[in-house]
Amino acid sequence: MGTGGGSVNLAVLGEALRASGTVLTTVAMRRVDAVSGMGVFPLLKEYGIEPLPNTAGCRTASEAVLTAELAREALETDWIKLEVVADDRTLLPDPVELLTAAEQLVGAGFTVLPYTNDDPVLARRLAEVGCAAVMPLGSPIGSGLGIRNPHNIALIVEEATVPVILDAGIGTASDAVQAMELGCDGVLLATAVTGARDPVAMATAMRLAVESGRLAYRAGRVPRRWYAQASSPPVYE
Amino acid sequence: MMTTLRVNGREVEVSDPTTVAVLVQQLTLSPRGVAVAVNGEVVPRGGWAGAQLTDGDEVEVLMAVQGG
Repeated sequence: MGTGGGSVNLAVLGEALRASGTVLTTVAMRRVDAVSGMGVFPLLKEYGIEPLPNTAGCRTASEAVLTAELAREALETDWIKLEVVADDRTLLPDPVELLTAAEQLVGAGFTVLPYTNDDPVLARRLAEVGCAAVMPLGSPIGSGLGIRNPHNIALIVEEATVPVILDAGIGTASDAVQAMELGCDGVLLATAVTGARDPVAMATAMRLAVESGRLAYRAGRVPRRWYAQASSPPVYE
Repeated sequence: MMTTLRVNGREVEVSDPTTVAVLVQQLTLSPRGVAVAVNGEVVPRGGWAGAQLTDGDEVEVLMAVQGG
């Protein structure tokens, strides 16, 4: 679970993070003069949750690489959620800048977790340059529109050589279930919880949804049929 | 002699020779979780005290916040 998206206070955020069962949470990097207070550090320490810095707000590969390097220095972690978005209206990843940044950061020794489009070819290319996972969007960040192209997510999962994390667009628990039923290895969400009327309850729902969807995926769904098939033996025969 | 720096996108004039360590101290009370780059290169925390800033340097001072 991430820390962005909503307007919850830190106490509620902490309880929601705990309820979600996450061991890792995203944090953004910002200029210090734009920040008030202590940031999220003391909270994460209190709850024993590791920070996963992101490069949110970066538009070019060079911005993202510098931000990742600063995050590594600030947080003492090689892990980076790589975000390079194209514009404010869609916040969709810029594929060219994303791939360039991913390649450079892998070369600089980072564990790169890229936020990417639901494009199987781009996902393949990101894995090929050495990303540790691919994180395709279900729909635009903060939109809560769920998984708009489940077929593409299934294609990404089918050929994945690295874990697939469904990132962005999850609006409610059924979206998380769907991601896991499609074979994703995890989900990353924030707004669905931090923007919910009851964030702690929604975080709990998400934890159960992920567990449930994973179990269903492993159990294997029955084939879909066009016509009915009686589930009881005939009465008179 | 005045030294002009660009700190987090804003022009800042300093009268005495300044180091990264002094600048960070002025900007934030809690340097934990803060990282600094000068002219696009990260300056590791251990090097802050010895990192002299000179006229025209572009300095970025970032910290982790809620987001993502």
